[in-house]
Order: sequence, then structure tokens, then C-alpha cells
Amino acid sequence: MLRQVEGSRAVAETVARCRPDVVAAYPISPQTHIVEALSDLVAEGRAGRCEFLMVESEFGAMSACIGASAAGGRAYTATASQGLLFMAEALPNASGLRLPVVMTVANRALGAPINIWNDHSDAMSQRDAGWIQLFASSNQEAVDLHVQAFVVAESLHVPVMVNMDGFVLTHAMEGIDVPDQDEVDALLPPFRPLHVLDPDHPVTIGAMVGPEAFTEVKYLEARRQLRSLDAIQEVADRFHRVTGRRSGGLTSSYRLEDADVVLIGLGSLLGTAADVVDELRDEGLAVGLLGVTCFRPWPLDEIRDSLADASRVVVLNRALSVGFGTVLGADVRLTLAGSQVVVHDVVAGLGGRPVTRDLVRRLLVEAVRGELSDHQLTFADLDVDLAERELLGELVGPMDVEPEGVGR
Amino acid sequence: MTTHGTRAAAEVRFHGRGGQGVVTAAELLSVAAFDQGRASQAIPSFGSERTGAPVVAYCRVADRPIRSHDPVTSPGVVVVQDPTMLHVPGILTGLRADGLLLVNSTRRPDELGLPDCVARIVTVPASDVSRARLGRPLPNTVLLGALAGLTGIVSLAALQKAIRERFRGDAGELNAALAAEGHRLAQERSTEGASHAQAG
Repeated sequence: MLRQVEGSRAVAETVARCRPDVVAAYPISPQTHIVEALSDLVAEGRAGRCEFLMVESEFGAMSACIGASAAGGRAYTATASQGLLFMAEALPNASGLRLPVVMTVANRALGAPINIWNDHSDAMSQRDAGWIQLFASSNQEAVDLHVQAFVVAESLHVPVMVNMDGFVLTHAMEGIDVPDQDEVDALLPPFRPLHVLDPDHPVTIGAMVGPEAFTEVKYLEARRQLRSLDAIQEVADRFHRVTGRRSGGLTSSYRLEDADVVLIGLGSLLGTAADVVDELRDEGLAVGLLGVTCFRPWPLDEIRDSLADASRVVVLNRALSVGFGTVLGADVRLTLAGSQVVVHDVVAGLGGRPVTRDLVRRLLVEAVRGELSDHQLTFADLDVDLAERELLGELVGPMDVEPEGVGR
Repeated sequence: MTTHGTRAAAEVRFHGRGGQGVVTAAELLSVAAFDQGRASQAIPSFGSERTGAPVVAYCRVADRPIRSHDPVTSPGVVVVQDPTMLHVPGILTGLRADGLLLVNSTRRPDELGLPDCVARIVTVPASDVSRARLGRPLPNTVLLGALAGLTGIVSLAALQKAIRERFRGDAGELNAALAAEGHRLAQERSTEGASHAQAG
């Protein structure tokens, strides 16, 4: 049933209906509303037999989830920004041990300078941790992805990170259909762990693996990740059959037919971009939109096929790989290597600067006219004067002084 | 995603300070619109939340699903919950030429020292009304009632229902009454405003 509800609250209710055994969390903006609401739901007895652990840190939260999952429990946590970084040491343990933990990341910039607002730097910094990474384009998709995340995680024994834009989605109140208990139960049977830590039947989990087998362990991990591409789409199809809603999957395409210029991105900017695509189509411009729902594993074939007929692709990413380009841009360039498609790499929306329809419109129009750089990273919403003034004021460093011979 | 029109039917921007219920105002408006069968969206624009800090919140109302989550940049209505913020840069930015500026103030619109470019200004002494009835100068529900009366974006009844759902018991009843008072005052002021405009 559609209700007017805050994104965080809707996610918390959805997670409660997924019947977690353990929620372990440490508060950090903009994730806090999710775990506060979950804490209330647990206290009210509306989350089954779930145990809520208020831990001392994010590292503790992920460690508790790993322990709970290894002991056979369904485990969930949520975090953001530096909180995710503080978990970083434990993330590859969850994936390496094949523990299907589900985590929400309420995406937020990384400091310094300290900034509580939205971008995708946090999640993308953990790109290689072996977690499946899904990105929600709306609050409806965010709640739907959480159900799908538990199904995918427990089918494949891989942890799943569900990304939703901090504040932009987490704090937005809108009409959201929280999947009801019957729908969730139809999709998500009780957790059947791969192996269980049990004092009565002792086993070792996570024993040391030396050079003789480590490569093979990693090969298997890579194989399973790629195999999960099929499972992620299959779970989205099952979800559609049960709820009647199209959510999740690998990618979402919008008006790609005959599109000459395609914008590719992820997260909540896709809604704004869809509005702009409609406006520009009305004006006769052949533009389209490709949303990346599953960022890891990377759906290479789907993305290459979706972009094959475009002549230009604009990558719009709220995350920067400093010294190179955008994180998403690197993947898109590799995906299209050898093709004739021109790639424009664009960063915008860092640290909460809104990605407005005017900005998206300007980018697409410039791409159509061939005015965007195809080799340099474009900072689409940069205050150029401010940046230039700052550059002028930078101090002289050691490289500005000609070295003299010493003692020769 | 399905193709549809891209502009919302109503876009409102609320300005105020932390503690004045700015975010709550946008949320209540969105709930009332939702209850009337429309799509709506309330988005706060937070700083690090603290009492007294400037807070902005947006509300969109539309007859079709709202896909965009970007801030409202060309509002049809700007609500200023704290009159000391009227001359802060950005308060009037983007307000449509035919837009409405609704201000919590004891003064008349022509006493506010605002530029002529604002089409329609209505003032309501929301803090005073709230202080008299509630004992606290919380202007948001009075202003929401005024907004409903001036624009018809939502009905007073839908607004009061949203208020009673949000605040149980006495607080709900008192705030529902404050909304009704705001609704009445705004219609009075609106008529005065029209005569001022004629005289001017």
C-alpha cells in the first residue's frame, strides 16, 4: 500500500519485514534515521526475534554482523562516509568468508574537509571489497532493493551493499509502497547458512590459506561474483512476479531507442535526468538514459550492448578518483574500449551540491553539439573563479626553487 | 520508468531556523497533498541540524509520479517562517514572477522593504497567534493554514488531518486550530492585499 513516508523509515520497516536476527549499528549521518527507526521497531516487538546491538563503532558493527552471520543469523547494518571506511578492514572478511550480510550505505562524501552531504565517494572507495553493490534511483527502489539484497545475498552467499543517496533519499518523504510481510516471505525463505559456528559441532571458518590455494579461493570468488549477475536479474524478475513492480536488476534504460547521446549514471540523479530526457526529446534531440543499478559486479555485456548504438556517452558520477577521472567513467571507458563511441567523463554533485535539471540539460546539449571534452574530466558545476583565485594564492613549494649543488 | 510531464503542479520552498518546524511544515504539506490523492514529495535541505541555524525545506505536489529529487529552484510559493531572514541572500531566488511570498510577520507587506518584483506578498503574525494559543512561538501550522487558504494546494481539512496524525492528542488539536486560524487570517489579508494593489 502506498503511504507518504520518509525514505529512512520505509527502509527500516522493509528490513524489519526481512526478519533479521541481528541488527548491529553505530549512528552516523545521514544513515541515523534508519537504525533509529529499526531500534524502535525492535523495541516495539515489530521485528520478530531480532536483537538490536548498539555497538561502539562501525568496525564493531561489521564485526558483530560477521559473527552473527557465521553463527547462522541473518545480519544487517547501515552506515555512511567515514563510518564505511572504519568498517573497511572487516568488509573483505564478510565477502571472503561468504557471509551474506546486508548493509545500507546512505551515501555521503568523504572528508576532509568534513561534509555530511551526499555523493558516492564512500561506496566507491570500497569497490573492490568483494561485496555486491546496488544503487537505488528512488526511495521505492531503495526499499525494493533491500528485499532483493537479502535474497541475492543468501542465494549466493555474498554480502550485499544497498546504496541510497544520503539526505536526498533518506530524508525525503514521498509515496512509498513498503512490501508487505506476505510479499517478503514469498521471496525470502528462512536463512540457510553455508556453515554454522556451533560449540556443539565445532568447525573452523576462515582458516589461513597460503600461496598454494589463495589464488584458487580468489578465482572462485570472482566466478561467483560474475555468476551473481544472472541471479540479480532473476531475483528482480521474481520480485516483479510477486509485487508487480519493476525494481532492481542490473541496469535501467530510458528512451534509449535511437538515442544518439546517452547519459549514464547511478543513484537519485536518474529521476532528474529522466525528466530532462523527456524535455529534450520533445525538442527533437535524440537523447537517452542508462542507469546502473548493479555497480559490482559490473554488468559489462548489458552496458556495452545498451550503449552500442550511441555515438556519444556522457558519464555523470558523484565520485572522483583523484588524479584520474570519475570511478564510473573508468568502467565505462573500459567497457567501450575498441568501439567508436565517444565517452565524456563528468563529475558533479560532490559533497551535496545538487545535480539540477539545468545542469543535466546543459551537459546533454553540449554533448549533442560536440562541445564536451572527450579526454579531460569535466567538472560540470565548478565555481571556476573561486578555484582559480585559490590556485593563484598557493604557496611556493620546493619544486619552485632551482636546486644548487651541495658540497661538490 | 514511463514517459510523462516533467513539471510539478505546485512547488513550495520553506525558509526558517532549526527548531521552527521548517522540515515538519514541508512534510505536513506533502502528507496532506498525498491524502488528497496527489503525488507529493518533501525534501529537507539540512545543515548540521541545530537550533537557530537556517533551514530550507521543499515540497512538490503533482498529478503524476514525481521522479526528480533535486531541490525546488523556481518555487511558486516561498514561505518565510522567521522574518529576520527576509533579507538573507537567496530567500527570493527563483520565486516565479506570478509567485506568492508568505511571511510570518506582524507588519504589512509594504512595510517589509522588499523589492517590487515580488508579485504577491501576504503577512501573517504566525508567531503571535501560536504564542497566544500554544504558549510557544511555533509558526509553522499557522502558516500552513494560511498557505492552504491562499493557494488551495491542499484543503484545510486535509491539512488538519495530517497535523492530527503527526501530533497526537492535545498538540494535534491545538495545531489543527492554529491552521484554521492561519487559514482565516490569510483570507482576510489576501483581500486587504488586493485592495492595496488596487490603490497602488
